[in-house]
Amino acid sequence: MFFSFRNGILSVAAAVFLFWIISSLVNWFFLDAVWFGTIEDCRLHQDGACWPFVGVRFSQFLYGFYPSAERWRVNLVLGIFFGAIGLLVYERMPYRSKIVIFMLCVFPLFAWFLLRGGVLWLADVPTGRWGGFMLTLVLASVSIVASLPLGILLALGRRANTLPFVKAFCVVFIEFWRGVPLITVLFATAFMLPLFMPASVNFDQLLRAMVGFILFSSAYMAEVVRGGLEGLDRGQYEASDALGMSYWQSRKRVILPQALKIMIPGILLTIIGLFKDTTLVLIIGLLDFLGMIQAGIADPRWGSPNVPFTGYAFAALVYFCFCYSMSVYARYIEKKYSEGRDRR
Amino acid sequence: MPPSPVHKTSYLRSLWASRKGRGIIYQVLMFSFVTLLLLLLVSNAFYNMEQRGLKAGFGFLDRSAGFGIVQSLVDYDETSSYGRAFVVGLLNTILIASIGIVLATFLGFMIGIMRLSSNWLVSKIATVYIETFRNIPLLLQILFWYVAILKPLPSPLDLFAKGESFSFSFNNRGLVFATPVPQSGFSLVLWALAVGVLLSVGWYLYVSWRRRISGVHLPTMLPCFAFTLILPAMVFVAVGSPLEFSLPVMARFTYDGGTTIVIEFFALLWALVIYTSAFIAEIVRAGIQGIPYGQSEAAYSLGLKRSQTLKLVTIPQALRIIIPPLTSQYLNLTKNSSLAAAIAYPDLVSVFAGTALNQTGRAIEIMFMTLSVYLTLSLITSFVMNIYQSRIRLVDR
Repeated sequence: MFFSFRNGILSVAAAVFLFWIISSLVNWFFLDAVWFGTIEDCRLHQDGACWPFVGVRFSQFLYGFYPSAERWRVNLVLGIFFGAIGLLVYERMPYRSKIVIFMLCVFPLFAWFLLRGGVLWLADVPTGRWGGFMLTLVLASVSIVASLPLGILLALGRRANTLPFVKAFCVVFIEFWRGVPLITVLFATAFMLPLFMPASVNFDQLLRAMVGFILFSSAYMAEVVRGGLEGLDRGQYEASDALGMSYWQSRKRVILPQALKIMIPGILLTIIGLFKDTTLVLIIGLLDFLGMIQAGIADPRWGSPNVPFTGYAFAALVYFCFCYSMSVYARYIEKKYSEGRDRR
Repeated sequence: MPPSPVHKTSYLRSLWASRKGRGIIYQVLMFSFVTLLLLLLVSNAFYNMEQRGLKAGFGFLDRSAGFGIVQSLVDYDETSSYGRAFVVGLLNTILIASIGIVLATFLGFMIGIMRLSSNWLVSKIATVYIETFRNIPLLLQILFWYVAILKPLPSPLDLFAKGESFSFSFNNRGLVFATPVPQSGFSLVLWALAVGVLLSVGWYLYVSWRRRISGVHLPTMLPCFAFTLILPAMVFVAVGSPLEFSLPVMARFTYDGGTTIVIEFFALLWALVIYTSAFIAEIVRAGIQGIPYGQSEAAYSLGLKRSQTLKLVTIPQALRIIIPPLTSQYLNLTKNSSLAAAIAYPDLVSVFAGTALNQTGRAIEIMFMTLSVYLTLSLITSFVMNIYQSRIRLVDR
């Protein structure tokens, strides 16, 4: 590291910079921070984080305005969700593909009815009371679960050279949603969906946002799938044709199982993008995780200069943990499969 | 036995039996489904608009908008039309996107090259930068810079006494500076600038021609710099400094006069630049790593320094890999600038699809215009990219 004079200076400068950054962060977040107490303590010690702000509002950040007596439902759904992800990360898990199918097909319906209520003995919880981190996860999962099959169909359609109308439709659909910013899509569904629907159908704000997310994310998913389909060797298509398989047989048994494997890193990156993009619902007035934190910061009773810093740092930490772990996993999968390919 | 139904089913069956026939059936089904859906949506829209007493059409664009916009590059006030507000929003979007693209490119290339530094500490710092800012939502970063950093800055009221005039200030309203007012003779300076730019282009062409035929490197940056900056400056002094400044003056609550770049602009710009530069850095890294190491080794053995090797050998080749994803990042930055709506920077979405839509209720027309702007932009970009890529492919052997 100190081989040359110039490199030595660079190292020293970098080390000083690092020391300065790390020491000021540690001071601000830990040593000078207010850990217990009320807003009064935060106002007295302004040169550190105000953790009571996060502590007091933690349940709101997590559940939004979900009635406290019913929060066990959210906990149950979150428990199954993270439990299944934990099981899936373990590679020698038996019935791994069955768990994936359960999570993609059965669980979303189960979770929706459990969270929404109004069936059986479960009390009705209107979506207007959903919020916080739970809403972030709901938005992200709904758009992922819906956009995967839609994206696969769109990508297959885009590659169907013998079906000009289908192909044109898919190209226009994909390029349209990819060409416009998500926030305009959300505005469009928020303001225009009621105009295009029959008067009897009433979409609440959350459903409108979900429609926007699904349209938007399926276009992005389609491009990832198309990349996977194009990355597959031509011989696979020709071989399955030569075996006399029909279009859907060959897609189901030969093409997609191999292509999906190549796509997993791309799909994960799209999921990271989607997860970050769910924050945009704050602009159309839904209170997701960031929205809840923003509402807490704007609350005049918690007015203190260190509160915004603390709130945003906490939010950034949570988003970072989720996105970074997904991107690490994506890189791991990519490496694993590329090693598998190189071995041949 | 009636023959006709048998004949019909067998015809359909034979159509179904061939792949081509099935394709036709699929397409007809899909065409009718899409057409039906569109018809349903349009008829619903007409019915609903009639119920609400709305009339379709772009006539509202000529009506007076009646709201103010804090920053506009063209003349605009409350009596201006909605069409004018559209132009103001569009220009503000273009302003932030173009400045953001330039800054993000510089920062991104710097971080990307740092990431590949042989110095372990430097490359780790770049890695942490990339991973941190890529994995935190852009909206959160915008709000952070706006609410936590820039809004708590002192207000003009804290900084200046009543009646005090100042030439430059960065406060929680934004960047405030004296407005330059050109006096007679200033057009000469502009002419000098035009001549300087022409001279620079000519010099650049001459230098590359000389290099092609003789291999001799002539200085490029310095003469171009002299032509474009020093020539106009000399003319400026010779004519007798034909520029006056109108200073902002502090009134009772806020200042009057001067030129303001609003604080929302800086919050949005800073967040966009940092966020996008992290992505650009990764693209740059991948592009440089895509060039075989033998290229750099050859350059080193020819006696080129590390900076020369990067500038003359590695980056020109890496650009071929870098440019396509780089343009899509530029497009992303432009689209992401619509997050301005969260902090009310007056861009296209927040002025037109926000305020104007809320006032007029013309959801369809306004969303149509807004979406068309972004769509046109992406289509043009991908069109240009396709041309570029096909040209590169010809060069490739």
